[in-house]
Amino acid sequence: MGKKRISYAKWGYIFSIPFVVAFALFTLYPIVYTVFIAFTDLKGAANTTPHLLKDDILKNFKEVLATSQFKQSFGNTWKIWIMNFIPQMGLALLLTAWFTDNRSKIKGQGLFKVAFYMPNIITAATVAIMFNAFFGYPIGPVNDLLIRFHFVDSAQNFLIKKANGQNIVAFIQFWMWFGYTMITLISGVIGIDPSIFEAAEMDGANRVQTFIYVTIPSIRTILLFSLVTSLIGGLNMFDIPLLFLNGGPDNATLTTNVFIYKQAFSGAYLYNRAAAASLIMLCIIVVFSSLLFWLMRDRDAEKAKKLRKQAIKEAKLKAKGVA
Amino acid sequence: MAEVATTKLKKPSAINKRKNPIYMTVIYIVCIILLLLCLMPFWLLLVNATRSSVEIQTHAVSLIPSKYLQNNWKVFQGKDFNVAVGFKNSLIISTCATALAVYFSSLTAYALTAYEWKLRDGFFGFIMGVMMIPGQVTSIGFYQMCYKLHLTNNHLMLILPSIAAPMMVFFMRQYLQASLSIEIVESARVDGANEFFTFNRIVLPIMKPAMATQAIFSFVGSWNNLFTPMILLTKNELKTMPVMVSLLKGDIYRTEYGAIYLGLFLTVLPLIIIYLLLSRYIVAGVALGAVKG
Repeated sequence: MGKKRISYAKWGYIFSIPFVVAFALFTLYPIVYTVFIAFTDLKGAANTTPHLLKDDILKNFKEVLATSQFKQSFGNTWKIWIMNFIPQMGLALLLTAWFTDNRSKIKGQGLFKVAFYMPNIITAATVAIMFNAFFGYPIGPVNDLLIRFHFVDSAQNFLIKKANGQNIVAFIQFWMWFGYTMITLISGVIGIDPSIFEAAEMDGANRVQTFIYVTIPSIRTILLFSLVTSLIGGLNMFDIPLLFLNGGPDNATLTTNVFIYKQAFSGAYLYNRAAAASLIMLCIIVVFSSLLFWLMRDRDAEKAKKLRKQAIKEAKLKAKGVA
Repeated sequence: MAEVATTKLKKPSAINKRKNPIYMTVIYIVCIILLLLCLMPFWLLLVNATRSSVEIQTHAVSLIPSKYLQNNWKVFQGKDFNVAVGFKNSLIISTCATALAVYFSSLTAYALTAYEWKLRDGFFGFIMGVMMIPGQVTSIGFYQMCYKLHLTNNHLMLILPSIAAPMMVFFMRQYLQASLSIEIVESARVDGANEFFTFNRIVLPIMKPAMATQAIFSFVGSWNNLFTPMILLTKNELKTMPVMVSLLKGDIYRTEYGAIYLGLFLTVLPLIIIYLLLSRYIVAGVALGAVKG
């Protein structure tokens, strides 16, 4: 009589219950409900009884896609993200090249890293209003500096120009995120086998060559990870554009999330349209996050699984052969 | 002969190693400019918080603090912007949310690591799949749900959702897979400990380093969150810090330049203190997240 093996499998289920319940209540149900609202006539401040649309079930989606504001906000979101991402990645790569170069050991790296990451930890809401104050007209630090150093004769009202609004929002995003991207890339470079660099050095590769032909290919995955996470974050841009200029001037910094917020919570109470707009964004984000999921898949585990399957197949074949 | 060979080999790398002074100077100048770009705004907030509106009107940039801090502080009296209330609310919400997120994410990660169960791989795949769904896209349904249940002005709706934090479960699982040996769990079982006790007393202490890192990021994320508190909280005495900050844009402060800077500075002060105390761990945590990801 062997000792009876107790199965602990049920504890796996029991310990997952809190997560599953909380997820179902606070994420899954709201998503399902959002989907439902997108097909209803729900609008108005105190209205909580949605009715499914009878004449045209896709009316809300059609309306959203037809409004010029949504199209504009979608374009703005991409434009601002690209304007922030390219210089951000460029600078992060440059700093990574400098900081990981063992031929020119930079002193004070710890201090630089801590300082460059600092903007990322500060409340975005505060940052937005801070920059709004900095670019203030007629009194603000930027105007003060420009006048003091004789770049301009009189105070400029920067924030009424559309291009300025977008550029500054992109700059704020850049300012908040380049340190994060830099630290991410540096940690990737540190993970590279140092013997590769020694070999490159032996072969007489200079700094630039080493970085372009050895370092960058080795951190491909992390570069893609940064790209996709930044893109998903960029598509959700909200705090800065809302509080910096409230989407203005003339909707120049209206991002899709600000658009959704304004449709639903800021006077209009068009919950159905806002829901439709958020679902359109959700679809786009799902596409990109599945890309990220695919990039981050566990390659070793996948290999092991394949090998195991192969082993089982072979064993079966053998068994058949014997039979 | 052997000696000659080694010197020959060493030569090219020795030349490469010699530092080019112009190149090094450029690097340091760029780094110092960036350093100032990152730190100066906060110094400017602090300095202007102590200056009078008249001083700021003559020159908005100054590096030397003045003595109008108290005057600027008085501007807030009797107004909606209340740092103490915002601080208290944010502290309660962020602390509770972080505690729940860290504990239950560890528990879920433990369920995914220590036990063999049928739906495990599917469940983990699901968590990976929903990891990147941002809160904003569910906001309409979430708001309507809270509104129907009369829970809009309730901090619980900002705290309880953190029980399910997919991203954190993912990181905790990565950590557990590397550091949990199943023998420890088994020996606890032999000693007659039940599974729940084993998790609380044996597994949680092993997870302390991961919990600390995740707690910092969870706390900061919760503290900085603007969207959900802004749509849910309409009562002033319940508002969190970022929602309070948004009040500073109101017309009543239009000419109170010093007060605006003071308000902004007060909202970043707790974060700056946390950051200065924990910056080493935070920077290391960012790097760790990237490598693991």
